[in-house]
Amino acid sequence: MNVRTLLVSLLMLCPIQGWAQGFAGLGGSAEGFDIPQAGYAFDFPKDHGPHPGFRIEWWYLTANLTDDKGRDYGIQWTLFRSALKPFEAEGWQSPQIWMGHAAATTPTGHFFAERLSRGGIGQAGVTAQPFEAWIDEWRMAGADMDTLTLTANGNDFGYELSLAAQGPLVFHGDAGYSVKSADGQASFYYSQPFYSVQGVLQLRDGDVQVTGQGWLDREWSSQPLAADQSGWDWFSLSFDDGDKLMAFRLRGGRGDFTSATWINSDGSTEAIPNGSIRLTPLSSDEVAGREVPTQWRVLLADRDIDVEVSAQTPDAWMGTRFEYWEGPVTVTGSHDGVGYLEMTGY
Amino acid sequence: MTLAIVQALLSHWRAHWLQLATLLIGIALATGLWSAVQAINAEARASYARANAQLALGQFDELRDPSGPIPLGRYIELRRAGWQVAAVLEGPYRISGRTLRVMGVDMVAYPTLPAMTETEQSATPPDPADVLTAPGRLLASAELAPLLRNQDNLPPVLVTSALPPDLILTDIGVAEDLLNQQGMVSRLIVLPNQPRNLPPLPQIAPELVRVSTSSQIDTAQLTDSFHLNLSAFGLLSFAVGLFIVNGTVGLAFAQRRGMIRTLRALGVPMQRLVWLILTELTLLALIGGIMGLILGFFLAGALLPDVAATLRGLYGAPVTGQLTLQLQWILAGVAMAVLGTLAASGHALWRLARMPLLAGPGVQTWQGNIKARGLAAVVGISMILGGALAYLSVGGLIAGFLLLAGLLTGAALVLPTLLSGALTALSRTATGPVAQWVWADMRAQLPGLSLALMALLLALAANVGVSTMVSSFRLTFVGWLDQRLTSELYLTAQDEDQGREITNWLHPQVVAILPIRNVELSHKTGPLFLYGVVDDPVYRQHWPLISSTPNVWDNVVAGEAVLINEQLARRANLWPGDDLTLTPVHILPIAGVYSDYGNPTGQAIVSMEQLDLIAPGTEARRFGIRLAPENASGMAQALRDRFDLPPRAVVQQAAMKAQSLAVFEKTFVVTSALNVLTLGVAGFAILTSLLTLWTQRLPQIAPVWALGLNRAQLARLELLRSVLLAVLTACLALPLGLVLAWVLLAVINVQAFGWRLPMFLFPWDWLWLALLTLLAALIAAALPALRMLRLPPADLLRVFANER
Repeated sequence: MNVRTLLVSLLMLCPIQGWAQGFAGLGGSAEGFDIPQAGYAFDFPKDHGPHPGFRIEWWYLTANLTDDKGRDYGIQWTLFRSALKPFEAEGWQSPQIWMGHAAATTPTGHFFAERLSRGGIGQAGVTAQPFEAWIDEWRMAGADMDTLTLTANGNDFGYELSLAAQGPLVFHGDAGYSVKSADGQASFYYSQPFYSVQGVLQLRDGDVQVTGQGWLDREWSSQPLAADQSGWDWFSLSFDDGDKLMAFRLRGGRGDFTSATWINSDGSTEAIPNGSIRLTPLSSDEVAGREVPTQWRVLLADRDIDVEVSAQTPDAWMGTRFEYWEGPVTVTGSHDGVGYLEMTGY
Repeated sequence: MTLAIVQALLSHWRAHWLQLATLLIGIALATGLWSAVQAINAEARASYARANAQLALGQFDELRDPSGPIPLGRYIELRRAGWQVAAVLEGPYRISGRTLRVMGVDMVAYPTLPAMTETEQSATPPDPADVLTAPGRLLASAELAPLLRNQDNLPPVLVTSALPPDLILTDIGVAEDLLNQQGMVSRLIVLPNQPRNLPPLPQIAPELVRVSTSSQIDTAQLTDSFHLNLSAFGLLSFAVGLFIVNGTVGLAFAQRRGMIRTLRALGVPMQRLVWLILTELTLLALIGGIMGLILGFFLAGALLPDVAATLRGLYGAPVTGQLTLQLQWILAGVAMAVLGTLAASGHALWRLARMPLLAGPGVQTWQGNIKARGLAAVVGISMILGGALAYLSVGGLIAGFLLLAGLLTGAALVLPTLLSGALTALSRTATGPVAQWVWADMRAQLPGLSLALMALLLALAANVGVSTMVSSFRLTFVGWLDQRLTSELYLTAQDEDQGREITNWLHPQVVAILPIRNVELSHKTGPLFLYGVVDDPVYRQHWPLISSTPNVWDNVVAGEAVLINEQLARRANLWPGDDLTLTPVHILPIAGVYSDYGNPTGQAIVSMEQLDLIAPGTEARRFGIRLAPENASGMAQALRDRFDLPPRAVVQQAAMKAQSLAVFEKTFVVTSALNVLTLGVAGFAILTSLLTLWTQRLPQIAPVWALGLNRAQLARLELLRSVLLAVLTACLALPLGLVLAWVLLAVINVQAFGWRLPMFLFPWDWLWLALLTLLAALIAAALPALRMLRLPPADLLRVFANER
């Protein structure tokens, strides 16, 4: 995952919506905050935990699920960390703000919830070993990152899932140093795209037993957007043959910036540079009063990829403090599969 | 032609500019008093709305720990169980002798806080990092901001209009430091939109109590009665003001009859005349109304600080002392002025429109008025009965006011019949022809004067009623203060340790130390403050019980019973013998009910041991200290010096009484101001009515004069007539006023404040009021009498020469 919900996390600095205006333009300096540098040596499990010296960070899990009747579902579980100041402190004095987003997408509907908390008081946080990421009663935890349980609740949905990693961590960009613009803004970015998932979705009509595959993104940075970048389209696709593709397009006034990672079924990766992948909207739906592209063509000539990516439920709108579209997709064409799509700035 | 008619109509005002002034003053007074009251009410309501929105009162349920603050850990446990709650830490904060309230909210958990939303929408929205991290920001009203900015040790201040005065809103992290209560939470706001599968509260935090919206104090509801009171006064003033308008317009039209007859004889259609006069009246009403609004604005501005003090004193309701001008208020005031003027002139206009072309002035068809008078009396009696019926069948505050309204309006309508009856009876005592003529003449004048006399009746009755209520209240209140404030000194220690230290030091030197400890519980009728008492003779001797069982104190001290205040008793309809549910597991029989004036909330008293059982850990920082009264001053100073206490921490009984009385006096400043104004307006109404009648008097007086009474005699009779009618009205106003007082004390007070007061009579006040009334009647009659004295005989002769 990448700069995707970046703006979301910037906006979550603003417990009050209007404050957003003062922050939307955050493309300037990252005063006092750490800046990602190329050549960083990741240190696990420590790096699964928070990095309070960086401005923003997230633990972002999406999963494509099916029930015993073959119906498709999707879930999202995200914990964002946003630092008002580059340190952590005890109690109410903590400048770390946490925000949780959870969603469940069914063939007929999309349900979501949002939580906010401050660090320092124990209401939300992340520990690396044993791993636990939590906000209120939402929780993603396990002895380590390979085996996790996952829960979240809204007032009209909930889920309890268990995750087991079937492959290694993968690193995007230059060994986890992921560049976001031609100006060189970057983030640290790695994923665990090989989770097998099983558990239960608690929906209005009752509980649904589901199985499927999950994808966890870990990313942190301090200043990842260029001033002219207004929104992004992000894809995580899992093909039926076991290969995976992460791709994003940052839409900017000076032209789009694209980046992608090809992930082989054994976990080996290939970084795909700016301009090599073509992400083209095919048709759109009106969602929450806006035109949102819900059908895409993804073209990666080097790998003979030419697929159509279609939203399973076009109405997967996250009406949270900062609004965006995030939902499960179906892949058809040269390769078949499923995945997740995130779009902001529409 | 229209221009000529307009000129003719306006010529009247040129000739009678004093009348024009009177008319405008009448409209202005009516509009002014009414609008002032409206402005005050609107301002106060806006203040409550702000406070309520800010404190999330009336919107969300709350979780509280009856025994004190909630540790931060509990908040986290609740959140981690899924409960969507927001922590609030609040407490008093003193700056330069002023007690403010600091409210710290977890702004991350409750981001839609109204004052914050307003602030962030301003031109320079604050940086959230500044608000949420040290040193933080304080939000306060514009009035409070300068005071806060002058303090060195406080965070920067952001101004918002969404906050009530005396409240500082800030992030809980800042409040924690200001209030020096690290890791504590006062209450938890239960946010809307809770997740599914929420575990029940007792599973996570059994000590917390969920207080539902309905049982939190709603200031607006609490103060409704007060505003209804003010509105009633405003309406009364408006009605009395309209009597002036009625009198003046009647006079003007009577004087214009000749001119109008001439105009009609010249061929002006009646319809056009009526339209033009209507337009004229509307314009006058607009001018008078605008004058009234200006008057009302300044009047409200002058009264508002006292009203604010009253509301704060009586209900703890936060009201700013500043007035803001609202368009709605202006429009309503102008509309009231125009509609009121037209209504008050309707009768005169109607009579003018139906005037036969050749009818002469001054012929009183007073026989025809008998029927109307009878009808008014019937309507009046039905209104009195209707009001009583409404109260008996429905009950409640609104019905109480219906009872009042029915009583006052009904009595006013019955007045002419009663006066006429009285005059008829008195006329039988007449022996000579002059006396007979005087009585007959007075009866003939009655219809013209009755509206003014009604105004007088209402003003007098209101005066008697309200002053009886206020004086009764004062007498009761002073007596109650003496009973209630029994300790010579009242002390507040900084903390429990200091409290212990002080009591140890004091013990050998004083008669008794009475700890004052209390805890806030909730009852289904609202918040309930529970106090603990130790056994002391002072309570047994002095505590103001209004109803009790035998051995009441023995039972309470033994922990077997509870005392409750009158407010709670009336609100929950609980009396000695009933059980009071303090908490689900603490239910005690009620042994007595005590009076507790000036307190809006329910209260109960148990023994100190019981308090410790019900709410362990209640702070022991406040004490009443009993000692010889002459040593009180010395001891107070000794305490301050020895324990380095701020002056306010040790209060002497006398100072406390003076302070309570000051609050009391302020409470009724507005009432008495309106009272005096109403009486003045009524006197003015009589004057205008007499002046109106004056024009019609000549044809009636001329024959009497011709028969031999000289002008001096006639002038004296003129004065006598006015005084006599005023005295008769005053005699009728007295019983009405006493009934009014009774309704106020026994019905309105009980409904509005929750206490019933004994009624005391103050005959000297009545005498004084009667003298004032006579004086007003004399002054009002002086002008017509003086005219009579100076009337050239030729004018009187001309009556016989004219077309009559």
